[in-house]
Amino acid sequence: MSATGIGAAVRRKEDHRFITGQGRYTDDVNRPGQAHAYFLRSPHAHAKIKSIDTKAAAGMPGVLGIFTGDDLATDKIGGLICGWMIHNKDGSPMRAGPHPALAQGKVRYVGDHVAVVVAETLAQARDAAEAIAVDYQELPAVVDTAKAIGAKTVVHDEAPDNSVFNWHLGDKDATENAFKAAKHVTKIDLVNNRLVPNAMEPRAAVGDYDAGDGIFTLYTTSQNPHVARLVLSAFIGIAPENKLRVIAPDVGGGFGSKIFIYAEETVCVWAAKKVGRPVKWTADRTEAFLSDAHGRDHVTHAELATDAEGKILAMRVKTTANLGAYLSTFSSSVPTYLYAPLLSGQYDIPAIYCEVDAVYTNTAPVDAYRGAGRPEATFVVERLVEITARQLGKDPAKFRMQNYIKKFPHQTPVIMMYDAGNYGASMKKALEIIDYKGIGKRKRDSARAGKLRGIGFSSYIEACGIAPSAAVGSLGAGVGLWESAEVRVNPVGTVEVLTGSHSHGQGHETTFAQLVSDRLGIPIDNVSIIHGDTDKVQMGMGTYGSRSGAVGMSAIFKAIDKVIAKGKKVAAHVLEADEADIDFADGHFSVKGTDRKLDFGSCALQAYVAHKFNGQELEPGLKEGAFYDPTNFTFPAGVHICEVEIDPETGVTRIERWAAVDDFGNVINPMIVEGQVHGGIAQGVGQALLEGARYNADGQLVTASFMDYTMPRADDLPSFDVGMTVTPCPSNPLGIKGCGEAGAIASPPAVINAITDALGHEDIAMPATPQAVWRAAQKSVNRMAAE
Amino acid sequence: MATVSLTVNGKAVTANIDPRTLLVQFLRENLRLTGTHVGCDTSQCGACLVHLDGKAVKSCTTLAVSVDGASVTTIEGLASGDTLHPMQEAFREHHGLQCGFCTPGMIMSAVDMVNRRGHELDEKTIREDLDGNICRCTGYHNIVKAIAAGAQAMAGGSLKDREPPRHAAE
Amino acid sequence: MYAFTYHKPTSARQAATLLAKKEDAKLLAGGHTLLPTMKQRLASPTALVDLGACADLKGITVKGRNIVIGAMTTHGEVANSAEVQGAIPALAFLAGSIGDPAVRYRGTIGGSVANNDPAADYPAALLALGATVVTNKRKLTAEEFFTGLYETALDEGEIITKVSFPLVSKAGYAKFRNPASRYAMVGVFVAKRGSEIRVTVTGAGEGGVFRWPEAEAALKARFAPKSLDGLKHTANGINGDIHADAEYRAHLIGVMAKQAVAQATGK
Repeated sequence: MSATGIGAAVRRKEDHRFITGQGRYTDDVNRPGQAHAYFLRSPHAHAKIKSIDTKAAAGMPGVLGIFTGDDLATDKIGGLICGWMIHNKDGSPMRAGPHPALAQGKVRYVGDHVAVVVAETLAQARDAAEAIAVDYQELPAVVDTAKAIGAKTVVHDEAPDNSVFNWHLGDKDATENAFKAAKHVTKIDLVNNRLVPNAMEPRAAVGDYDAGDGIFTLYTTSQNPHVARLVLSAFIGIAPENKLRVIAPDVGGGFGSKIFIYAEETVCVWAAKKVGRPVKWTADRTEAFLSDAHGRDHVTHAELATDAEGKILAMRVKTTANLGAYLSTFSSSVPTYLYAPLLSGQYDIPAIYCEVDAVYTNTAPVDAYRGAGRPEATFVVERLVEITARQLGKDPAKFRMQNYIKKFPHQTPVIMMYDAGNYGASMKKALEIIDYKGIGKRKRDSARAGKLRGIGFSSYIEACGIAPSAAVGSLGAGVGLWESAEVRVNPVGTVEVLTGSHSHGQGHETTFAQLVSDRLGIPIDNVSIIHGDTDKVQMGMGTYGSRSGAVGMSAIFKAIDKVIAKGKKVAAHVLEADEADIDFADGHFSVKGTDRKLDFGSCALQAYVAHKFNGQELEPGLKEGAFYDPTNFTFPAGVHICEVEIDPETGVTRIERWAAVDDFGNVINPMIVEGQVHGGIAQGVGQALLEGARYNADGQLVTASFMDYTMPRADDLPSFDVGMTVTPCPSNPLGIKGCGEAGAIASPPAVINAITDALGHEDIAMPATPQAVWRAAQKSVNRMAAE
Repeated sequence: MATVSLTVNGKAVTANIDPRTLLVQFLRENLRLTGTHVGCDTSQCGACLVHLDGKAVKSCTTLAVSVDGASVTTIEGLASGDTLHPMQEAFREHHGLQCGFCTPGMIMSAVDMVNRRGHELDEKTIREDLDGNICRCTGYHNIVKAIAAGAQAMAGGSLKDREPPRHAAE
Repeated sequence: MYAFTYHKPTSARQAATLLAKKEDAKLLAGGHTLLPTMKQRLASPTALVDLGACADLKGITVKGRNIVIGAMTTHGEVANSAEVQGAIPALAFLAGSIGDPAVRYRGTIGGSVANNDPAADYPAALLALGATVVTNKRKLTAEEFFTGLYETALDEGEIITKVSFPLVSKAGYAKFRNPASRYAMVGVFVAKRGSEIRVTVTGAGEGGVFRWPEAEAALKARFAPKSLDGLKHTANGINGDIHADAEYRAHLIGVMAKQAVAQATGK
């Protein structure tokens, strides 16, 4: 392993600009003549718009334009789309209402977009927005996930009972039969709490229009600028793709929330032509809370059947998933194909059946948030398994190991074919790290100090690297999920790699360069990674689903193969040898069995000067592209163990220890991978202990700022002990599985299992706030006193 | 309109501004120093931290006119030419950043922490003192490591990096 | 923010004149409550009178059996003051627990007291310590000064110039922070001067800061945490919100009171 190659903890190339304040985020972009947009948003969760009077506002200082849904319709600008078709149990398509970028006749959640004002300054735009007179006829709101179906209030006429779809997966009869034969059945009711992604950089957009060439440019906070261009062009109708450039510069965190194509960027780029000026919009934090797609929000009943020996026989799950007021870009895939296929967890479960009701409510749209469906599945599986072990009087670690899948490949009853893993190895390592043997003593020590200590396990699996295009196409995806790469070798041997992946914190400029440096044998500083601009990178599918390593880097790998193959042809001419006799290693082309060699840079120069070969037989130049379509999902898996201590007097839960052992397959940069694990755990701990988006009965978001929505801060968290095991992924050339979401998937059940272990009973909901834990601890104390 | 004169990163600047202009707006929009960020509206997240006469303040909750005459250091002014400040180096060395958005505020906060508390910072102190800075990417693990290391590196640095530590609890 | 005119007097007297002259004028102290409120357009003063240059409003002095803190003294200055640490360490501790370090550089005692946020820390200290609020017009005891949620006895045009704290023999402060905002969800200040005991509670009361007479009586017998064993505050009149309902807050009053006494007695 070289100091900058695969497996090395290379310090990040991109850091210099971030630590010196030279990062370039969307709000840092300023175009000459730029105007500012302010969105007038609905103060009501549900209302008819009887009229919008913009006359007074239009005459206010600095106003350049005021637009409503009617103006978009006049220009034939289409609505926002949901790109994944789900079919109901009966085969009929899901029921989706329209999703206009600016409301047409009705508003459906607090923060819904009513009109936009474009003015010289933001303050002027806001002043004018306050002068727009909107006559609302308020309607009752439906907010509660569990009560949406059949509620009197209907969010969309297209879905008269508020059901978007009623979907299922698995073999119902086989599952029912297995339950009939079971010795023990565990039943739980769970709520997966609603979360707000809260990337620290709020969403922003700058739309620009070049009237000379008729070209639109959109700078936007996107995880996938090419998908944004595709949707804005083909579906929304801003402009043909060759007349629309989308740039996602530095992006300050995404966590899923910046995958989607939102109203604001749509309107900004369209309005740039309307007012003849660049138009900028940046969300303030409250706008982010109101209008970013939220995450999770499931209500679930689940059951697990075991035989007399504790072997798991079957699982059945019924979930209601809240999709909010409109279907966001990938919302329908989250509680279906990103959820139910993960219900087998790491366990050999012969029969699984899952039903999902997806519902409309008068709340912000809900879509993918770090993990997307897989944290929800893992929470169901790992709570069920933990409780089952406790009810059977078995050690939770041993019970898990008893039921782990041990032979690969393994076909689950819910679509997935697990290709490789060694779950027992991760568990054993995690038990060592946490000092499981010492937990009894630690619990007694805590008890002596008047505290309650508990330990909680989570054996998670995820399906990443999404995903084979044909497979996702058959499941309803509107796009293919391959990735592209282009490797451009300059005449002096430096390399530019253009990738369709997008980095918004993941460090691609380093890890991707490590791959290139390693394979081409050139210094890492000679490699530049270019991404995030549809004018530079031809096409790409972007970054989400922990796919950039497994899919994005595999595309680069393929393109490098082509570069080396072409280089061999060039080298054969230069070295006057047969192409079959040319080897490439350590940055040199050489002739087998001789000391004749040509370094990579010289080969590149020869490819461009084309002096040594016939340009008709061998094309000059050294530049290759590749598209990589994965052959399977990848299956990162691991074990996280959380140890907590609770103060029963106050209900405060402190995380005392955290052991994480993950199998991500081969690792390019362990420093970056560990950082991803840390951040993921923090988000999962946030979900388990701190975070929860709350709407009141009227549909007002009660938690719309950091004053009310509890973000994890440094003193809420411990340091983490992170270990790894490695079973290389067999389905991609690098053996990578992906690491971006694991922590967020693994951690919530580990925390809740630890708290319930400490409390001695199972009923605690997320977030387990001090108040909730205090109340539960009182029950424990009272029960202990009664016993 | 009001006139404001400041020294920003060692350079004198004077401008005629709307009194509403927040210090962060003045830095970002008037001076195009876009390293200072806005991450919230409620003074909670700390992405906007700059040093005002040597102390870390939230520039989103400070009117530019109200600090007329002051000296402001932003993330762009922390390094000495091409030589990074030891805290900047420490964040890179210990992978204390991912998306980079909270990073300028984190670094300015960390330098202030060392100025207040000295060069030997334990994990508990660092975590508690960071309660005005929110990061969504790192889980803070590596930020804590970076600050502890950066604090020590500042002790070994040139004299100008050193300000007398105040030992009393802030 | 809506537009306003900006004024920066150099003395409290000048500030008072400006305040009287300008309709809808507001005083700007540290700005950490007022500016966010203005950014959200929930406040729209037509003029801001910035007290930042009023040297006569700054500083900490010991005057006989009192420690006197100028209204524009920041939380950080109070926390780090050798005088305050020596005279009433619990007051320095309280100041050092407000907000975060950056907030403490800007936020001031006068601003905090004048705002009387029910989740602010200082009101508990003023009431427990029997402090006097000195304005440009008069002197008010803490009881007279704090009149309700965000309400004080301040008249139009009246400016707090300093707060005077009489020394006590023992004092302690403990708070349970709101997990999101980090403001006090429940804060309890205890103070003992001779035989007089005061226990005050912030963050929890529907009407702002209040005294807890039962705890005061219990501590009068013996000033020790144990004296509060079994004593529960009623949930009547206690705030409830998404983070803590009245019952939980009431319970925390008892827990924080004990912690505050433990701090005061060094136990």
